Amino acid sequence: MTSGLIFACAGVVLFAMGTAGVVLLDHLLRRILAFNLMGSGAFLVLIGLAQRDGMPDPVPQAMVLTGIVVAVAATALALALARRLFALTGGYGLPQSEAKDGND
Amino acid sequence: MTDPLPWLILLPLLWATGAFLLGPARGARLALAGTAVQLWLAFALAAKVSSAGTALHHPVGGWGAPLGIDLAADGLAALLLILTQFVALPLFLYARAYFAGKSPAFWPLAGFLLAGMNALFLSADLFNLYVTLELVGLAAVGLVAMGGGAQQLAAALRYLFATLVGSGLYLLGVALIYGVFGTVSITALTPLVTADAPPAVWFAAGLMLAGLMAKTALFPFHYWLPPAHGGAPAPVSALLSALVVKASFYLILRLWLHPFAPLTQVAAWLPALLGGAAILWGSWQAIRAERLKELVAWSTVAQLGYLFLIFPLLGADRLALHAGGMQVVAHGLAKAAMFAAVGVLIQVTGRDAVADVAGVAARLPVTLFAFGLAGITLMGLPPSGGFLAKWMLIDAALLRGRWDMVVVILAGGLLAAVYVFRVLRQAFLLPSSGERRRVERRPVATLEWTAFALAAASVLVGLRGMEILRLLEAGT
Amino acid sequence: MKRFAVALLAALFAVALIAALLELPAPAVDLPAAVGAKMAESGIAHPVTAVLLNFRGYDTLLEIGVLLLALIVVLAVAAREEAKQPAVADPVLQTLARIAAPLMLLAAVYLLWAGAFRPGGAFQAGAVLAAAAVLLHLAGLAAAWQKPGKCLRIGLAAGFLVFLAVAAGLLVEGALLQYPPAWAGALILLIEATLTVSLGLILAGLFLFLS
Repeated sequence: MTSGLIFACAGVVLFAMGTAGVVLLDHLLRRILAFNLMGSGAFLVLIGLAQRDGMPDPVPQAMVLTGIVVAVAATALALALARRLFALTGGYGLPQSEAKDGND
Repeated sequence: MTDPLPWLILLPLLWATGAFLLGPARGARLALAGTAVQLWLAFALAAKVSSAGTALHHPVGGWGAPLGIDLAADGLAALLLILTQFVALPLFLYARAYFAGKSPAFWPLAGFLLAGMNALFLSADLFNLYVTLELVGLAAVGLVAMGGGAQQLAAALRYLFATLVGSGLYLLGVALIYGVFGTVSITALTPLVTADAPPAVWFAAGLMLAGLMAKTALFPFHYWLPPAHGGAPAPVSALLSALVVKASFYLILRLWLHPFAPLTQVAAWLPALLGGAAILWGSWQAIRAERLKELVAWSTVAQLGYLFLIFPLLGADRLALHAGGMQVVAHGLAKAAMFAAVGVLIQVTGRDAVADVAGVAARLPVTLFAFGLAGITLMGLPPSGGFLAKWMLIDAALLRGRWDMVVVILAGGLLAAVYVFRVLRQAFLLPSSGERRRVERRPVATLEWTAFALAAASVLVGLRGMEILRLLEAGT
Repeated sequence: MKRFAVALLAALFAVALIAALLELPAPAVDLPAAVGAKMAESGIAHPVTAVLLNFRGYDTLLEIGVLLLALIVVLAVAAREEAKQPAVADPVLQTLARIAAPLMLLAAVYLLWAGAFRPGGAFQAGAVLAAAAVLLHLAGLAAAWQKPGKCLRIGLAAGFLVFLAVAAGLLVEGALLQYPPAWAGALILLIEATLTVSLGLILAGLFLFLS
């Protein structure tokens, strides 16, 4: 098992944990962190799997760099919305009223 | 202008940035001018595609796939590009009158949204498609959140998590594909993906399609759509319901047809089953909805279901593909018209409940007529585009002996009639009570007539069906 | 119950996918070789930067759009009603920040310059610039940002606009973002330099407009 493959497997585990986190957690900050975990897992798979034979590959590295910037943008957007919601409602949870009827 | 493909992406990015720099008044003018040029470019592209009969390619950077990224436009892409610009242009006129200089964020966000969608329709590179998906998703979330109320923010966050999980699944699929094949170009992948591909490719296809279905709000991933589309300002709801969900549906269809065709045969019943459930559940919820915009949003959930019925029916006769393309166009126009009309009703009555439109028909005949015409398309009555779409879908289902689908399609039409007539009956039959009339404002003519134009287009597009079907034949 | 079911599903998914990853054939397409073969024409000596700004420069263009878009949303929803008072200054932090900020500026310039031939580039440089701004703010030396004026808006959008202008300009001659080999290095440096400033401002803005 090469180091690239180990990274890819770790990425799969992180991705699964992150996805479960986004689905299960209620606190918005935790969900945002879980989303970031998910993204990092996918990036690890992209980098690790492509370089599983030990040869460096610049293409996935550049893709991950792009992906990280997109994830930063998404995180900032999510944090801005969460903070505004906190300022309005005083809580970091989504109101339960019409949700949860089909959440997986 | 050498080639319309890149300009369809660059123009909205340019006017979006311009609108950010110059503020809403000049931003609106830039947006209208830019979208008009884009509409012209989209028609020019469609003419080029139909006369060529195959897909057009544009190698970004001059490298060509797989080293570089390719843009590609076939008939399906050209159709969606026309639809997007065609719906966006009247909606921007509507939005300019609706926001009246407030909401400075609308114009730049709408520009990024259009750029993202055009880029998505044109991209032939799986990773580039991920970036366009995020551009579309985040712009749409921003538009929902723009209002700034607690409800809108909660809806936007719910939408954001759904769209982020969707693109996360998609991204993991792309990572697996790159790991297995060493490329993410759709053209290069098409010959490589075969039925005896390693299990990781099956995982990738499943992850990508599931992620996109979550973004398209296919039942049971639809939970985020009604609050997001029902809670946003009317022009935003119209853009999201008419166009944004179609972008991820387009990508599902594209991937289904091209690299993943050898894998997807086995599971074609699944999207159709979910689509059927969406039609029944969405229509039922629309019938029960208390707020007007919620009713229209649930109707979107139902109408998206029709799009997923086509997957087991796709075949050499192309009837199902034509039905899908027609439904995308007809629903896009009708839903934009319906949200626009509902926006006028809410602005005039000052309320959002279905019961509050009582007796409003006498004072808003144009708007109600628009709502009714859009309803005709949703129900699938002739000569509308919706009729043509459902007719071809039933035809395709009968050819394969799928009576169950025929029943669902017909039931969906009847249920649509129930929720459309629920609003119309209120508006026409019941007398208005005096205390409600006091708070009413005069309707703005631009708002009424843009809604009407969209609704009329949704009916008349049925008469231009042959052109649309011929365009779909080109290289798809 | 739901917790357990989701956790079980996630675990099953992870195990099955890892099993699928353990036995993969070699990739059919050898992109690293293709990148290597075209490096000379890219105008850049470092392969990752070459992919990022030349071979797949279009991804990067859209990604800057995503970042600018996020900033616009942050500006639209940022709560402005709460009055901002500068944090109580910690003298140690302030002294450190005063020393660190100019060094970070220097590091950013170095990273930008290094990007052409070793790890580095506009993003890294912009991130360091933004970190310097955030550090100054946390040390109480710089105020949080209010609604941006004309100049700040231009600064935020300049990198993206220059990128778009280059893309559109090159379109007249050939394909989107098709750099002529002779000009590639200079054009990419121009894009990277303006991007560094704009990315620094955008990333700093994501923090400072919110705080």
